[in-house]
Amino acid sequence: MTDIHTHAEDAHDNAYAGLLVNDAHWAFGTSFEDPLAGVDTTIPEGVDGAALAAYCLMLGDDALVLSQRLTEWCSRAPDLEEDIALANIALDLLGQARLLLARAAAADPAVVPALDAASPVPDEDRLAFFRDDMGFRNVRLAEIPNGDFAQTIARILLFSTWRLALFERLRSSRDGVLAAVAAKGVKEMAYHRDFAGRWFVTLARGTEESRRRLVDGLDAIWPLWSECFETHDVERAVAGAGVGVDPADVNADVEAVLGQVLATASIERPERGALAGVQGRKGRDGRHTEALSPMLAEMQVIARAHPEGLW
Amino acid sequence: MSEIKAEWPLYEVFVRGKRGLNHVHVGSLHAADDQMALRHARDVYTRRNEGVSIWVVRSTDITASSPDEKDPMFAPSGDKVYRHPTFYDIPDNVPHM
Repeated sequence: MTDIHTHAEDAHDNAYAGLLVNDAHWAFGTSFEDPLAGVDTTIPEGVDGAALAAYCLMLGDDALVLSQRLTEWCSRAPDLEEDIALANIALDLLGQARLLLARAAAADPAVVPALDAASPVPDEDRLAFFRDDMGFRNVRLAEIPNGDFAQTIARILLFSTWRLALFERLRSSRDGVLAAVAAKGVKEMAYHRDFAGRWFVTLARGTEESRRRLVDGLDAIWPLWSECFETHDVERAVAGAGVGVDPADVNADVEAVLGQVLATASIERPERGALAGVQGRKGRDGRHTEALSPMLAEMQVIARAHPEGLW
Repeated sequence: MSEIKAEWPLYEVFVRGKRGLNHVHVGSLHAADDQMALRHARDVYTRRNEGVSIWVVRSTDITASSPDEKDPMFAPSGDKVYRHPTFYDIPDNVPHM
């Protein structure tokens, strides 16, 4: 029999395109895409591998740490549908983290924690599970405890609005891998922002109780917001080399989007100062709140108990 | 503030897969309004790359045939074999028959 796989490019748009395909297992998704397919993985010329690795750890840790926090909602969300929605967002972020941590390891193998030579644990897993809290480079907004559902929504709104703006610019990175990760991430972050924005407005305009919780939740995370726009030396270096984005450059765009949501929700920006760092050092320097270490302990305990385990 | 209901209304979800011509009923879910139902449907029913289009409709908006009417509704067509176009020779080059 002749092979009648006709995998048309426009299969997503054309209802007829799939008719002649003979493995129509409708219930199971097919044609999963590799976000790095065809991407040039060499380090661009003139780019410092150590700086690129440090930058990838920053973006990767932001995603990994918030992913773990959102995972804590599993089986605890207000209803089944939101439970799955939060898990989906966590999984999107975990996927981004995996690619970014793997890129960090490729750019500078020295960042990868050493394990026994026989260990089959891949580099990105070593970075995720065998670094201590001071080795993590995420902003502290990603690591603080979830609070209630309203506070979780407020955090996803801030985080996704910020990260979407970063990724929109990162799509034109000179580093092919970062550009590909950003291109994939933009679609994901756009959905996260949409999800959180709708809930933000819903809670704000809902009952007295839902509005009170939202205001309190936004107030609780606000001291960590300005840190997201502070330029670290690493970010300045990679932005200068055309591979990264200076977060200060997205500040105006992000505040404009946030302003729209806040206006629709009739919520004022909280009047709270920024949470100080430790001698001026913050998340990007590996100086975190006390909440990160216990979270990592839970996240890492199984992997560390089996340093040669294959998952 | 109007009355607050403890339960969100039920919606029925229809998804068109990339390999399918028509939307297929895949299940139901609860949501506060139509837009939330659409997003819930995306989150619950298209996680494994199943779909390219979603319809949601309030379950109460569906008019369904009653099981009590089953015989008068469907039994009469059970013996009308001549309604099927099975007495024709179909040329080999006619697809999808």
